[in-house]
Amino acid sequence: MLEKMIFGRFIPGDSFIHRLDARAKLIFVFLFIAVVFIANNWITYGILVAFIFLIIRMSRIRLYFLINGLKPVVILIIFTFLLHLFFTREGAIIFEWKFVKIYEEGLRQGIFISIRFFVLVILTSILTLTTTPISITDALETLLNPLKKWKLPVHELALMMSISLRFIPTLMDETDKIMKAQMARGSDMTTGSMKERMNAIVPLLIPLFVSAFKRAEDLATAMEVRGYKGGEGRTRYRKLEWATKDTVIIVTLLILAIVLVYFRS
Amino acid sequence: MDITLQQVSYAYAKNTPFEKRALFDVDLHIPSGSYQAIIGHTGSGKSTVLQHLNALLKPTEGTIKIGDVEVKAEKRNKQLRKVRQKVGIVFQFPEHQLFDETVLKDIMFGPMNFGVPEEEAKHRAIELVNLLGLPDEVLEKSPFDLSGGQMRRVAIAGVLAMNPEVLVLDEPTAGLDPRGRKEIMDLFYRLHKEKGLTTVLVTHSMEDAARYADRIAIMHDGKCVLAGTPQEIFSDEGRLMDYRLELPQSIKFQKKVEQMMGKKLPVLCLTEEMLAEELALFLKKEREL
Repeated sequence: MLEKMIFGRFIPGDSFIHRLDARAKLIFVFLFIAVVFIANNWITYGILVAFIFLIIRMSRIRLYFLINGLKPVVILIIFTFLLHLFFTREGAIIFEWKFVKIYEEGLRQGIFISIRFFVLVILTSILTLTTTPISITDALETLLNPLKKWKLPVHELALMMSISLRFIPTLMDETDKIMKAQMARGSDMTTGSMKERMNAIVPLLIPLFVSAFKRAEDLATAMEVRGYKGGEGRTRYRKLEWATKDTVIIVTLLILAIVLVYFRS
Repeated sequence: MDITLQQVSYAYAKNTPFEKRALFDVDLHIPSGSYQAIIGHTGSGKSTVLQHLNALLKPTEGTIKIGDVEVKAEKRNKQLRKVRQKVGIVFQFPEHQLFDETVLKDIMFGPMNFGVPEEEAKHRAIELVNLLGLPDEVLEKSPFDLSGGQMRRVAIAGVLAMNPEVLVLDEPTAGLDPRGRKEIMDLFYRLHKEKGLTTVLVTHSMEDAARYADRIAIMHDGKCVLAGTPQEIFSDEGRLMDYRLELPQSIKFQKKVEQMMGKKLPVLCLTEEMLAEELALFLKKEREL
Protein backbone atom coordinates (compact mmCIF):
# COMPACT_ATOMS: atom_id res chain seq x y z
CA MET A 1 0.00 0.00 0.00
CA LEU A 2 2.95 2.31 0.62
CA GLU A 3 4.40 1.56 -2.75
CA LYS A 4 1.72 3.67 -4.44
CA MET A 5 2.81 6.85 -2.67
CA ILE A 6 4.39 9.26 -5.11
CA PHE A 7 5.39 12.14 -2.86
CA GLY A 8 9.09 12.76 -2.88
CA ARG A 9 9.71 10.05 -5.42
CA PHE A 10 11.69 10.48 -8.56
CA ILE A 11 10.97 8.74 -11.84
CA PRO A 12 14.04 8.67 -14.05
CA GLY A 13 13.36 9.94 -17.53
CA ASP A 14 14.62 12.16 -20.30
CA SER A 15 11.70 14.45 -21.05
CA PHE A 16 11.95 18.19 -21.59
CA ILE A 17 10.86 18.71 -17.98
CA HIS A 18 13.45 16.27 -16.69
CA ARG A 19 16.23 18.12 -18.45
CA LEU A 20 15.38 21.56 -17.11
CA ASP A 21 17.66 23.14 -14.54
CA ALA A 22 16.43 22.39 -11.04
CA ARG A 23 16.65 26.07 -10.11
CA ALA A 24 14.39 26.99 -13.02
CA LYS A 25 11.85 24.39 -11.95
CA LEU A 26 11.97 25.55 -8.37
CA ILE A 27 11.50 29.21 -9.31
CA PHE A 28 8.75 28.16 -11.69
CA VAL A 29 6.83 26.33 -8.98
CA PHE A 30 7.18 29.22 -6.54
CA LEU A 31 5.99 31.78 -9.07
CA PHE A 32 3.22 29.46 -10.19
CA ILE A 33 1.82 29.32 -6.67
CA ALA A 34 1.35 33.09 -6.88
CA VAL A 35 0.04 32.93 -10.44
CA VAL A 36 -2.66 30.42 -9.49
CA PHE A 37 -4.24 33.07 -7.29
CA ILE A 38 -4.76 35.39 -10.25
CA ALA A 39 -7.41 33.09 -11.66
CA ASN A 40 -10.93 33.90 -10.51
CA ASN A 41 -13.40 32.83 -13.20
CA TRP A 42 -14.16 29.89 -15.47
CA ILE A 43 -11.92 31.04 -18.34
CA THR A 44 -8.88 31.65 -16.20
CA TYR A 45 -9.25 28.39 -14.28
CA GLY A 46 -9.74 26.63 -17.61
CA ILE A 47 -6.49 28.08 -18.87
CA LEU A 48 -4.71 26.91 -15.72
CA VAL A 49 -5.99 23.36 -16.09
CA ALA A 50 -5.02 23.27 -19.77
CA PHE A 51 -1.58 24.56 -18.87
CA ILE A 52 -1.11 21.84 -16.25
CA PHE A 53 -2.17 19.13 -18.68
CA LEU A 54 0.37 20.47 -21.15
CA ILE A 55 3.07 20.16 -18.48
CA ILE A 56 1.96 16.62 -17.63
CA ARG A 57 2.23 15.71 -21.30
CA MET A 58 5.68 17.22 -21.54
CA SER A 59 6.90 15.36 -18.46
CA ARG A 60 5.83 12.05 -20.04
CA ILE A 61 4.50 10.79 -16.72
CA ARG A 62 1.51 8.55 -17.15
CA LEU A 63 -1.63 10.40 -16.12
CA TYR A 64 -3.11 7.29 -14.56
CA PHE A 65 -0.11 6.91 -12.30
CA LEU A 66 -0.16 10.54 -11.29
CA ILE A 67 -3.86 10.53 -10.42
CA ASN A 68 -3.55 7.23 -8.58
CA GLY A 69 -0.75 8.58 -6.45
CA LEU A 70 -2.75 11.65 -5.55
CA LYS A 71 -5.50 9.67 -3.88
CA PRO A 72 -4.48 10.68 -0.34
CA VAL A 73 -4.79 14.36 -1.30
CA VAL A 74 -8.17 13.82 -2.92
CA ILE A 75 -9.73 13.37 0.51
CA LEU A 76 -8.42 16.78 1.52
CA ILE A 77 -9.70 18.31 -1.69
CA ILE A 78 -13.14 16.80 -1.23
CA PHE A 79 -13.20 18.05 2.34
CA THR A 80 -12.46 21.66 1.36
CA PHE A 81 -14.92 21.36 -1.50
CA LEU A 82 -17.68 20.34 0.90
CA LEU A 83 -16.77 23.11 3.35
CA HIS A 84 -17.16 25.71 0.62
CA LEU A 85 -20.26 24.06 -0.72
CA PHE A 86 -22.13 24.15 2.58
CA PHE A 87 -20.84 27.30 4.22
CA THR A 88 -20.80 29.87 1.45
CA ARG A 89 -24.03 31.87 1.57
CA GLU A 90 -24.05 33.94 -1.59
CA GLY A 91 -25.89 33.93 -4.87
CA ALA A 92 -29.04 32.03 -5.72
CA ILE A 93 -30.11 28.89 -3.89
CA ILE A 94 -29.76 25.94 -6.23
CA PHE A 95 -30.62 23.13 -3.87
CA GLU A 96 -32.61 22.95 -0.70
CA TRP A 97 -33.45 20.04 1.54
CA LYS A 98 -34.56 20.57 5.13
CA PHE A 99 -31.89 22.77 6.71
CA VAL A 100 -29.28 22.11 4.00
CA LYS A 101 -29.05 24.96 1.54
CA ILE A 102 -26.59 25.05 -1.29
CA TYR A 103 -25.90 28.38 -2.95
CA GLU A 104 -24.63 28.97 -6.44
CA GLU A 105 -21.62 30.85 -5.20
CA GLY A 106 -20.77 28.00 -2.83
CA LEU A 107 -20.67 25.51 -5.67
CA ARG A 108 -18.56 27.84 -7.75
CA GLN A 109 -16.12 28.54 -4.93
CA GLY A 110 -15.90 24.86 -4.09
CA ILE A 111 -15.02 23.93 -7.64
CA PHE A 112 -12.48 26.74 -7.98
CA ILE A 113 -10.73 25.90 -4.73
CA SER A 114 -10.60 22.23 -5.71
CA ILE A 115 -9.05 23.12 -9.06
CA ARG A 116 -6.54 25.36 -7.33
CA PHE A 117 -5.55 22.58 -4.94
CA PHE A 118 -5.41 20.02 -7.70
CA VAL A 119 -3.25 22.18 -9.94
CA LEU A 120 -0.79 23.00 -7.16
CA VAL A 121 -0.45 19.43 -5.97
CA ILE A 122 0.04 18.12 -9.50
CA LEU A 123 2.68 20.71 -10.26
CA THR A 124 4.66 20.10 -7.09
CA SER A 125 4.41 16.34 -7.66
CA ILE A 126 5.77 16.79 -11.14
CA LEU A 127 8.64 18.80 -9.69
CA THR A 128 9.68 15.97 -7.39
CA LEU A 129 8.89 13.24 -9.90
CA THR A 130 11.14 14.74 -12.56
CA THR A 131 13.95 16.13 -10.41
CA THR A 132 16.31 14.11 -8.27
CA PRO A 133 16.13 15.08 -4.60
CA ILE A 134 19.81 15.91 -4.76
CA SER A 135 19.38 18.51 -7.47
CA ILE A 136 16.39 20.00 -5.68
CA THR A 137 18.48 20.58 -2.57
CA ASP A 138 21.40 21.83 -4.63
CA ALA A 139 19.09 24.26 -6.34
CA LEU A 140 17.62 25.38 -3.05
CA GLU A 141 21.05 25.89 -1.61
CA THR A 142 22.21 28.07 -4.50
CA LEU A 143 18.98 30.04 -4.56
CA LEU A 144 19.13 30.71 -0.85
CA ASN A 145 22.83 31.49 -0.87
CA PRO A 146 22.36 35.30 -0.69
CA LEU A 147 20.64 34.81 2.67
CA LYS A 148 23.94 33.71 4.17
CA LYS A 149 24.65 37.39 4.71
CA TRP A 150 21.96 37.36 7.38
CA LYS A 151 23.49 34.35 9.10
CA LEU A 152 20.98 31.85 7.74
CA PRO A 153 22.66 28.41 7.87
CA VAL A 154 21.86 27.66 4.23
CA HIS A 155 24.22 24.75 3.80
CA GLU A 156 23.02 23.04 6.96
CA LEU A 157 19.40 23.46 5.95
CA ALA A 158 20.08 21.98 2.53
CA LEU A 159 21.94 19.11 4.12
CA MET A 160 19.08 18.42 6.50
CA MET A 161 16.71 18.42 3.61
CA SER A 162 18.73 16.05 1.49
CA ILE A 163 19.23 13.70 4.41
CA SER A 164 15.52 13.56 5.16
CA LEU A 165 14.65 13.07 1.50
CA ARG A 166 17.28 10.37 1.26
CA PHE A 167 15.76 8.48 4.16
CA ILE A 168 12.11 8.58 3.12
CA PRO A 169 12.32 5.41 1.00
CA THR A 170 14.47 3.69 3.60
CA LEU A 171 11.96 4.42 6.33
CA MET A 172 9.09 3.34 4.11
CA ASP A 173 10.76 0.00 3.48
CA GLU A 174 11.42 -0.32 7.17
CA THR A 175 7.79 0.46 7.99
CA ASP A 176 6.65 -2.14 5.53
CA LYS A 177 8.99 -4.72 6.98
CA ILE A 178 8.04 -4.14 10.60
CA MET A 179 4.37 -3.96 9.74
CA LYS A 180 4.60 -7.36 8.11
CA ALA A 181 6.52 -8.80 11.02
CA GLN A 182 3.87 -7.61 13.47
CA MET A 183 1.06 -8.77 11.21
CA ALA A 184 2.69 -12.19 11.20
CA ARG A 185 2.43 -12.02 14.97
CA GLY A 186 -1.30 -11.41 14.74
CA SER A 187 -1.37 -7.65 15.11
CA ASP A 188 -3.86 -6.17 12.72
CA MET A 189 -3.62 -2.55 11.65
CA THR A 190 -6.24 -2.59 8.96
CA THR A 191 -9.34 -3.83 10.73
CA GLY A 192 -10.98 -3.42 14.09
CA SER A 193 -12.25 -0.44 16.03
CA MET A 194 -10.43 2.89 16.17
CA LYS A 195 -9.00 2.00 19.57
CA GLU A 196 -7.76 -1.36 18.42
CA ARG A 197 -6.07 0.24 15.46
CA MET A 198 -4.40 2.86 17.61
CA ASN A 199 -3.10 0.10 19.84
CA ALA A 200 -1.80 -1.76 16.83
CA ILE A 201 0.29 1.27 15.86
CA VAL A 202 2.47 1.14 18.97
CA PRO A 203 4.28 -2.08 17.96
CA LEU A 204 4.99 -0.42 14.62
CA LEU A 205 6.13 3.00 15.82
CA ILE A 206 8.50 1.96 18.58
CA PRO A 207 10.74 -0.26 16.44
CA LEU A 208 10.61 2.40 13.74
CA PHE A 209 11.82 5.09 16.12
CA VAL A 210 14.52 2.86 17.51
CA SER A 211 15.88 2.11 14.07
CA ALA A 212 15.61 5.72 12.90
CA PHE A 213 17.70 6.91 15.84
CA LYS A 214 20.19 4.15 15.25
CA ARG A 215 20.46 5.14 11.62
CA ALA A 216 20.93 8.79 12.52
CA GLU A 217 23.74 7.89 14.87
CA ASP A 218 25.43 5.67 12.29
CA LEU A 219 25.16 8.39 9.69
CA ALA A 220 26.64 10.99 12.04
CA THR A 221 29.55 8.69 12.82
CA ALA A 222 30.11 7.91 9.15
CA MET A 223 30.16 11.62 8.30
CA GLU A 224 32.55 12.45 11.08
CA VAL A 225 34.87 9.61 10.14
CA ARG A 226 35.07 11.02 6.64
CA GLY A 227 36.01 14.43 7.96
CA TYR A 228 32.78 16.32 7.39
CA LYS A 229 32.82 19.73 9.00
CA GLY A 230 30.16 21.82 7.34
CA GLY A 231 29.87 23.69 4.08
CA GLU A 232 32.98 25.85 4.45
CA GLY A 233 35.21 25.50 1.38
CA ARG A 234 33.26 22.59 -0.06
CA THR A 235 33.24 22.25 -3.82
CA ARG A 236 30.60 20.59 -5.92
CA TYR A 237 30.68 17.52 -8.07
CA ARG A 238 27.36 18.23 -9.78
CA LYS A 239 27.11 21.60 -11.42
CA LEU A 240 23.77 23.19 -12.18
CA GLU A 241 23.63 24.76 -15.63
CA TRP A 242 21.16 27.39 -16.63
CA ALA A 243 20.29 27.11 -20.35
CA THR A 244 18.07 29.05 -22.72
CA LYS A 245 15.18 26.63 -22.21
CA ASP A 246 15.19 27.48 -18.52
CA THR A 247 14.76 31.16 -19.29
CA VAL A 248 12.06 30.20 -21.78
CA ILE A 249 9.87 28.44 -19.23
CA ILE A 250 10.10 31.30 -16.76
CA VAL A 251 9.12 33.72 -19.53
CA THR A 252 6.26 31.38 -20.52
CA LEU A 253 5.01 31.53 -16.98
CA LEU A 254 5.11 35.32 -17.01
CA ILE A 255 3.15 35.32 -20.26
CA LEU A 256 0.63 32.96 -18.64
CA ALA A 257 0.31 35.42 -15.76
CA ILE A 258 -0.34 38.29 -18.16
CA VAL A 259 -2.95 36.25 -20.04
CA LEU A 260 -4.67 35.39 -16.77
CA VAL A 261 -4.70 39.03 -15.66
CA TYR A 262 -6.25 39.95 -19.02
CA PHE A 263 -9.06 37.40 -18.74
CA ARG A 264 -9.82 37.66 -15.06
CA SER A 265 -13.00 39.38 -14.04
CA MET B 1 -0.19 -28.59 7.23
CA ASP B 2 0.51 -28.88 3.54
CA ILE B 3 1.40 -25.75 1.62
CA THR B 4 1.06 -25.73 -2.14
CA LEU B 5 1.94 -22.94 -4.52
CA GLN B 6 0.37 -23.24 -7.95
CA GLN B 7 1.54 -21.04 -10.79
CA VAL B 8 2.18 -18.19 -8.39
CA SER B 9 3.31 -14.89 -9.89
CA TYR B 10 3.89 -11.69 -8.02
CA ALA B 11 4.68 -8.13 -9.06
CA TYR B 12 5.66 -5.37 -6.67
CA ALA B 13 4.06 -1.93 -7.14
CA LYS B 14 1.76 -3.20 -9.83
CA ASN B 15 0.49 -0.60 -12.30
CA THR B 16 3.09 2.02 -11.48
CA PRO B 17 6.28 2.92 -13.33
CA PHE B 18 8.11 1.10 -10.53
CA GLU B 19 6.39 -2.20 -11.24
CA LYS B 20 8.80 -5.04 -10.76
CA ARG B 21 7.96 -8.66 -11.25
CA ALA B 22 9.46 -10.80 -8.57
CA LEU B 23 7.92 -14.22 -9.15
CA PHE B 24 7.03 -16.09 -12.31
CA ASP B 25 4.79 -19.17 -12.23
CA VAL B 26 6.26 -20.69 -9.11
CA ASP B 27 5.11 -24.22 -8.33
CA LEU B 28 6.13 -25.66 -5.02
CA HIS B 29 4.66 -28.27 -2.76
CA ILE B 30 5.68 -28.40 0.87
CA PRO B 31 4.27 -31.53 2.51
CA SER B 32 3.25 -31.48 6.14
CA GLY B 33 6.11 -32.29 8.50
CA SER B 34 8.90 -31.80 5.98
CA TYR B 35 11.97 -29.60 6.24
CA GLN B 36 12.09 -27.55 3.07
CA ALA B 37 15.04 -25.33 2.23
CA ILE B 38 14.78 -22.60 -0.36
CA ILE B 39 18.11 -21.46 -1.74
CA GLY B 40 19.12 -18.98 -4.38
CA HIS B 41 21.39 -15.99 -4.78
CA THR B 42 20.43 -12.46 -3.75
CA GLY B 43 17.35 -11.11 -5.52
CA SER B 44 16.14 -14.49 -6.74
CA GLY B 45 12.74 -14.11 -5.11
CA LYS B 46 13.26 -16.26 -2.02
CA SER B 47 11.96 -13.70 0.43
CA THR B 48 8.98 -12.93 -1.78
CA VAL B 49 7.98 -16.58 -1.80
CA LEU B 50 8.34 -16.63 1.94
CA GLN B 51 5.93 -13.76 2.47
CA HIS B 52 3.33 -15.65 0.49
CA LEU B 53 3.50 -18.57 2.87
CA ASN B 54 1.30 -16.83 5.41
CA ALA B 55 -0.53 -14.52 3.06
CA LEU B 56 1.35 -11.32 3.91
CA LEU B 57 1.54 -10.98 0.17
CA LYS B 58 -1.16 -12.26 -2.10
CA PRO B 59 -0.17 -13.60 -5.48
CA THR B 60 -0.97 -11.38 -8.45
CA GLU B 61 -1.67 -14.59 -10.34
CA GLY B 62 -2.05 -18.17 -9.23
CA THR B 63 -3.16 -19.86 -6.04
CA ILE B 64 -1.63 -20.80 -2.73
CA LYS B 65 -3.17 -23.45 -0.56
CA ILE B 66 -2.19 -23.22 3.07
CA GLY B 67 -3.77 -26.17 4.82
CA ASP B 68 -7.37 -25.92 3.72
CA VAL B 69 -7.33 -22.16 3.12
CA GLU B 70 -6.96 -20.99 -0.43
CA VAL B 71 -5.33 -17.62 -1.09
CA LYS B 72 -5.89 -16.00 -4.45
CA ALA B 73 -5.37 -12.60 -6.04
CA GLU B 74 -7.97 -9.96 -5.19
CA LYS B 75 -9.94 -12.38 -3.07
CA ARG B 76 -10.79 -11.05 0.36
CA ASN B 77 -10.29 -13.73 2.89
CA LYS B 78 -11.41 -13.75 6.47
CA GLN B 79 -9.40 -16.81 7.31
CA LEU B 80 -6.06 -15.07 6.97
CA ARG B 81 -5.75 -14.63 10.72
CA LYS B 82 -6.12 -18.35 11.21
CA VAL B 83 -3.41 -18.91 8.64
CA ARG B 84 -1.10 -16.44 10.32
CA GLN B 85 -1.48 -18.17 13.63
CA LYS B 86 -0.56 -21.50 12.16
CA VAL B 87 2.33 -20.23 10.07
CA GLY B 88 4.96 -18.44 12.13
CA ILE B 89 7.55 -16.41 10.27
CA VAL B 90 10.93 -15.52 11.66
CA PHE B 91 12.00 -12.65 9.44
CA GLN B 92 15.52 -11.60 8.64
CA PHE B 93 16.88 -9.67 11.60
CA PRO B 94 13.77 -10.40 13.67
CA GLU B 95 15.14 -8.33 16.55
CA HIS B 96 13.87 -5.26 14.68
CA GLN B 97 10.33 -6.19 15.59
CA LEU B 98 10.82 -6.00 19.37
CA PHE B 99 8.90 -3.16 20.95
CA ASP B 100 7.40 -3.89 24.34
CA GLU B 101 8.53 -2.76 27.77
CA THR B 102 9.74 -6.14 28.88
CA VAL B 103 10.90 -9.28 27.17
CA LEU B 104 8.04 -11.18 28.80
CA LYS B 105 5.41 -8.87 27.34
CA ASP B 106 7.03 -8.92 23.95
CA ILE B 107 7.00 -12.70 23.77
CA MET B 108 3.38 -12.73 24.95
CA PHE B 109 2.36 -10.27 22.22
CA GLY B 110 1.87 -12.87 19.49
CA PRO B 111 -0.12 -15.47 21.43
CA MET B 112 -2.29 -12.79 23.11
CA ASN B 113 -3.17 -11.37 19.69
CA PHE B 114 -4.48 -14.78 18.77
CA GLY B 115 -6.57 -15.01 21.91
CA VAL B 116 -4.39 -17.21 24.09
CA PRO B 117 -5.19 -16.54 27.78
CA GLU B 118 -2.65 -14.44 29.67
CA GLU B 119 -1.56 -17.21 32.06
CA GLU B 120 -0.95 -19.62 29.23
CA ALA B 121 0.99 -17.02 27.24
CA LYS B 122 3.14 -16.25 30.26
CA HIS B 123 3.79 -19.91 30.78
CA ARG B 124 4.88 -20.31 27.18
CA ALA B 125 7.17 -17.28 27.39
CA ILE B 126 9.00 -18.63 30.45
CA GLU B 127 9.36 -22.03 28.84
CA LEU B 128 10.69 -20.59 25.60
CA VAL B 129 13.22 -18.32 27.24
CA ASN B 130 14.72 -21.40 28.86
CA LEU B 131 14.53 -23.38 25.66
CA LEU B 132 16.47 -20.68 23.84
CA GLY B 133 19.15 -20.69 26.50
CA LEU B 134 18.45 -17.30 28.02
CA PRO B 135 18.57 -16.71 31.79
CA ASP B 136 15.24 -16.13 33.56
CA GLU B 137 16.29 -12.57 34.54
CA VAL B 138 15.87 -11.32 30.98
CA LEU B 139 12.10 -11.73 31.22
CA GLU B 140 11.74 -8.53 33.22
CA LYS B 141 14.34 -6.57 31.26
CA SER B 142 13.66 -4.21 28.39
CA PRO B 143 14.42 -5.97 25.10
CA PHE B 144 16.50 -2.94 24.11
CA ASP B 145 18.97 -3.56 26.94
CA LEU B 146 19.94 -6.97 25.63
CA SER B 147 22.85 -7.88 23.38
CA GLY B 148 22.23 -8.48 19.69
CA GLY B 149 22.32 -12.24 20.03
CA GLN B 150 19.95 -12.20 22.98
CA MET B 151 17.54 -9.92 21.14
CA ARG B 152 17.52 -12.36 18.25
CA ARG B 153 16.60 -15.19 20.61
CA VAL B 154 13.83 -13.19 22.24
CA ALA B 155 12.39 -12.34 18.83
CA ILE B 156 12.47 -16.00 17.83
CA ALA B 157 10.75 -16.89 21.09
CA GLY B 158 8.07 -14.33 20.20
CA VAL B 159 7.28 -16.28 17.06
CA LEU B 160 7.52 -19.74 18.63
CA ALA B 161 5.16 -18.61 21.40
CA MET B 162 2.29 -18.67 18.92
CA ASN B 163 2.73 -22.44 18.70
CA PRO B 164 2.76 -22.46 14.91
CA GLU B 165 2.36 -25.66 12.93
CA VAL B 166 4.59 -24.33 10.20
CA LEU B 167 7.76 -22.41 10.95
CA VAL B 168 9.17 -20.23 8.21
CA LEU B 169 12.72 -19.01 8.71
CA ASP B 170 14.33 -16.25 6.66
CA GLU B 171 18.08 -16.42 7.24
CA PRO B 172 17.49 -16.77 10.96
CA THR B 173 21.18 -16.78 11.84
CA ALA B 174 22.47 -13.92 9.67
CA GLY B 175 24.91 -11.82 11.66
CA LEU B 176 25.30 -14.23 14.57
CA ASP B 177 28.56 -15.73 15.75
CA PRO B 178 29.31 -19.31 14.63
CA ARG B 179 28.35 -20.86 17.95
CA GLY B 180 25.10 -18.95 18.19
CA ARG B 181 24.33 -19.96 14.62
CA LYS B 182 24.75 -23.62 15.34
CA GLU B 183 22.80 -23.48 18.60
CA ILE B 184 19.84 -21.80 16.94
CA MET B 185 19.84 -23.99 13.86
CA ASP B 186 20.06 -27.11 16.03
CA LEU B 187 17.17 -25.84 18.13
CA PHE B 188 14.99 -25.37 15.06
CA TYR B 189 15.89 -28.85 13.93
CA ARG B 190 15.01 -30.30 17.31
CA LEU B 191 11.63 -28.55 17.28
CA HIS B 192 11.07 -29.81 13.78
CA LYS B 193 11.69 -33.37 14.90
CA GLU B 194 10.02 -33.28 18.33
CA LYS B 195 6.91 -31.28 17.52
CA GLY B 196 6.63 -32.37 13.92
CA LEU B 197 6.85 -28.76 12.77
CA THR B 198 6.80 -28.22 9.04
CA THR B 199 9.87 -26.04 8.53
CA VAL B 200 10.75 -23.80 5.64
CA LEU B 201 14.25 -22.39 5.68
CA VAL B 202 15.30 -19.62 3.33
CA THR B 203 19.05 -19.42 3.34
CA HIS B 204 22.25 -18.52 1.56
CA SER B 205 24.12 -21.21 3.37
CA MET B 206 24.49 -24.39 1.32
CA GLU B 207 25.84 -26.10 4.43
CA ASP B 208 22.67 -25.45 6.42
CA ALA B 209 20.48 -26.55 3.52
CA ALA B 210 22.48 -29.75 3.09
CA ARG B 211 22.60 -30.52 6.79
CA TYR B 212 19.02 -29.94 7.85
CA ALA B 213 16.65 -30.06 4.90
CA ASP B 214 14.88 -33.11 3.45
CA ARG B 215 13.96 -31.17 0.37
CA ILE B 216 15.58 -28.25 -1.38
CA ALA B 217 14.15 -25.84 -3.92
CA ILE B 218 16.33 -23.50 -5.94
CA MET B 219 15.03 -20.09 -6.88
CA HIS B 220 16.58 -18.20 -9.78
CA ASP B 221 15.32 -14.93 -11.29
CA GLY B 222 11.89 -15.33 -9.73
CA LYS B 223 11.39 -18.89 -10.86
CA CYS B 224 11.58 -22.13 -8.97
CA VAL B 225 14.07 -23.85 -11.24
CA LEU B 226 14.90 -27.02 -9.39
CA ALA B 227 13.46 -29.02 -6.53
CA GLY B 228 14.47 -32.30 -4.97
CA THR B 229 16.31 -34.00 -2.15
CA PRO B 230 19.69 -32.60 -1.08
CA GLN B 231 21.36 -35.65 -2.68
CA GLU B 232 19.74 -34.86 -6.01
CA ILE B 233 20.36 -31.14 -5.84
CA PHE B 234 24.01 -31.32 -4.90
CA SER B 235 24.92 -34.12 -7.28
CA ASP B 236 25.03 -31.76 -10.24
CA GLU B 237 27.64 -29.08 -9.66
CA GLY B 238 27.38 -27.64 -13.15
CA ARG B 239 23.76 -26.80 -12.75
CA LEU B 240 24.35 -25.17 -9.37
CA MET B 241 27.00 -22.98 -10.97
CA ASP B 242 24.44 -21.85 -13.56
CA TYR B 243 22.33 -20.52 -10.71
CA ARG B 244 25.35 -18.88 -9.09
CA LEU B 245 25.35 -21.31 -6.18
CA GLU B 246 28.05 -23.50 -4.75
CA LEU B 247 28.43 -26.95 -3.27
CA PRO B 248 28.52 -27.27 0.51
CA GLN B 249 32.00 -27.40 2.02
CA SER B 250 31.78 -31.08 2.89
CA ILE B 251 30.96 -32.08 -0.68
CA LYS B 252 33.70 -29.83 -2.06
CA PHE B 253 36.14 -31.56 0.24
CA GLN B 254 34.79 -34.95 -0.78
CA LYS B 255 35.32 -34.11 -4.45
CA LYS B 256 38.93 -33.07 -3.79
CA VAL B 257 39.64 -36.27 -1.90
CA GLU B 258 38.04 -38.35 -4.63
CA GLN B 259 40.15 -36.61 -7.22
CA MET B 260 43.35 -37.23 -5.30
CA MET B 261 42.60 -40.89 -4.71
CA GLY B 262 41.06 -41.54 -8.10
CA LYS B 263 38.16 -43.35 -6.45
CA LYS B 264 34.62 -42.40 -5.55
CA LEU B 265 32.86 -42.60 -2.20
CA PRO B 266 29.54 -44.46 -2.36
CA VAL B 267 27.38 -41.51 -1.22
CA LEU B 268 27.35 -37.72 -1.31
CA CYS B 269 28.35 -36.48 2.15
CA LEU B 270 26.04 -33.68 3.17
CA THR B 271 27.70 -32.90 6.49
CA GLU B 272 31.22 -32.94 7.88
CA GLU B 273 30.28 -35.72 10.30
CA MET B 274 28.99 -37.88 7.49
CA LEU B 275 32.12 -37.18 5.46
CA ALA B 276 34.38 -38.15 8.34
CA GLU B 277 32.50 -41.41 8.82
CA GLU B 278 32.48 -42.30 5.15
CA LEU B 279 36.17 -41.51 4.81
CA ALA B 280 37.04 -43.61 7.85
CA LEU B 281 35.06 -46.51 6.45
CA PHE B 282 36.64 -46.08 3.05
CA LEU B 283 40.19 -45.92 4.37
CA LYS B 284 39.60 -48.98 6.52
CA LYS B 285 38.45 -50.92 3.49
CA GLU B 286 41.46 -49.72 1.51
CA ARG B 287 43.80 -50.97 4.20
CA GLU B 288 42.12 -54.35 4.33
CA LEU B 289 42.56 -54.88 0.63
